[in-house]
Amino acid sequence: MPQIVVENLCKTFRVAERDPGFWGAIRGLASRRYRDVEAVRGISFSLDEGELVGYIGPNGAGKSTTVKILSGILVPDSGKCEVLGVTPWRNRTHYVGKIGVVFGQRTQLWWDLPVVESLELLRDIYRVPNDQYQRTRDELVAMLDLAPLLDVPVRQLSLGQRMRCDLAGSLLHQPRILFLDEPTIGLDAVSKLALRDFVKRLNRERGVTVILTTHDMDDIEALCSRVILIGRGEILSDGPLELLRRRVANERRLIIDLEDEAQQIEDEDAEILSRDRARVCLKFDPTRISTADLISRVTSRYAVRDLFVENPPIEEIVAQLYQEAQV
Amino acid sequence: MKSYLAILSARFRVLLQYRMAAAAGFGTQLFWGLIRMMIFQAFYDSSSAAQPISRADVVTYIWLGQALLGFLPWNLDSDIRAMVRNGTVAYELLRPVDLYGAWYMRALAQRTAPTILRAIPLLLVAGLFFGMRPPANAHDLVCWIVTTLGAIAFSCAFTTLMNVTLVVTVSGEGVARFMPPLVYTLSGMLIPISLLPAWLIPIVNILPFRALVDTPFRAYLGQLPDREFAFALAHQLVWTIVCVIAGRAMLTRSVRRMVIQGG
Repeated sequence: MPQIVVENLCKTFRVAERDPGFWGAIRGLASRRYRDVEAVRGISFSLDEGELVGYIGPNGAGKSTTVKILSGILVPDSGKCEVLGVTPWRNRTHYVGKIGVVFGQRTQLWWDLPVVESLELLRDIYRVPNDQYQRTRDELVAMLDLAPLLDVPVRQLSLGQRMRCDLAGSLLHQPRILFLDEPTIGLDAVSKLALRDFVKRLNRERGVTVILTTHDMDDIEALCSRVILIGRGEILSDGPLELLRRRVANERRLIIDLEDEAQQIEDEDAEILSRDRARVCLKFDPTRISTADLISRVTSRYAVRDLFVENPPIEEIVAQLYQEAQV
Repeated sequence: MKSYLAILSARFRVLLQYRMAAAAGFGTQLFWGLIRMMIFQAFYDSSSAAQPISRADVVTYIWLGQALLGFLPWNLDSDIRAMVRNGTVAYELLRPVDLYGAWYMRALAQRTAPTILRAIPLLLVAGLFFGMRPPANAHDLVCWIVTTLGAIAFSCAFTTLMNVTLVVTVSGEGVARFMPPLVYTLSGMLIPISLLPAWLIPIVNILPFRALVDTPFRAYLGQLPDREFAFALAHQLVWTIVCVIAGRAMLTRSVRRMVIQGG
């Protein structure tokens, strides 16, 4: 039985519009035009317990709207949604005690209080028993390296530090499901790695279901076994990362370092993507020619010093899919 | 209940740490108190008719008002205002507590913490140097404490109602500008209600705001006979309930249609 079931979810926002400039503002006083923005149009998917799913899509695709509906703070216009066997927006106050949510662009910690007091406040709000709180807090402090931060007022934390504390705050009540809405936004490389590592451990060791929205494809590659791509409020693709790659093009790249810089290179089944002195990048379709065949053909024809095969960067794939979604 | 007390105590602690604001508030209130004393002095000097409230009582009334000004529901919670504007209010909805209850606790901290901080020194100074007197007897003191608690309960219900309008209007500018003069005048903070024009008094008596100032201050001065005391208490209670029901209804309604701004 899946932990999260979403069926045909729709949500439309009504946006007031006016013409730009001064006269537009004046006209807007007399008559208001509204435009309906369909943020989510008939989304369906289901998630099992312990899955770690990446939820990606261009800005305005409906990612955050979906997360907000799933976490019970937005009410959809139509459609069904069941998380942990209940409908999130009915009996919201009860439901939200069982999930954890982190919005990367906001903080749930109290700006003026030291981190530890924010955590204690969350303990009281979530009615976490004190011994459980001590245990969970100590674990989180160790995993997220929070010890030096506990007595610092939240307003003095760097973004990376704050995000780690926010994560700890969302997990004190030991939720079975964690929603992360752009948790790595604005973080430096070290903080991103630490955060990914933590999320991975949380999912592997504790079996916490994680839904992650992000624009950082490294997050997806490092973490997600399954990726849901959404564009203009509809699901464009749902499956393992490999599926996403295959959807765009069955494309692989062979990068060759030639012995001779001046050597010209050509192959009937591959296309030269770029050439930088001795390094050549070939693009080929593995269904037309197997990687092994191509390699043996190239090495037999030319003097090759080194070569390796790679997948096209996920960014390119997603950019291409995003473009298709805009059409 | 523990959750709500935790919110109250955390807010209280945050608000208590603004020492400069307390010092500035003390200075401002002292200054305005002296000016108001002079105005009423001039008023009593220029009139030979018998007034419904004695000159000495007016002095006490003024200082009580200066000290407890912060109890009045005259402003919005700037944190809630910011949260609604930038969408952090989403986190408020993610707490397993009743949102109205949580916001009422915020209001309670907002109304009491800063006020207590500046009221104590101000009452001391006014009592020592400016002719403010303590309650005449224990009966008056008890009546004053009870009606003050009623005033705070109503003030927080009204503050919460004002804060809830933020969810609807987002800006809150209208409420922020409109409420202070209304509350000052109709509560009796500006002028004791007994000194208002005779035709206005019955209207002000029915309106909720006299529960904030006129009721507890008259109890303090011993001008609230027992029959009127019971009526005044009922008046405070009824208006508190009305504000709680209205605030709850508005919050429930607007949360269902809420749009979380940004991101």
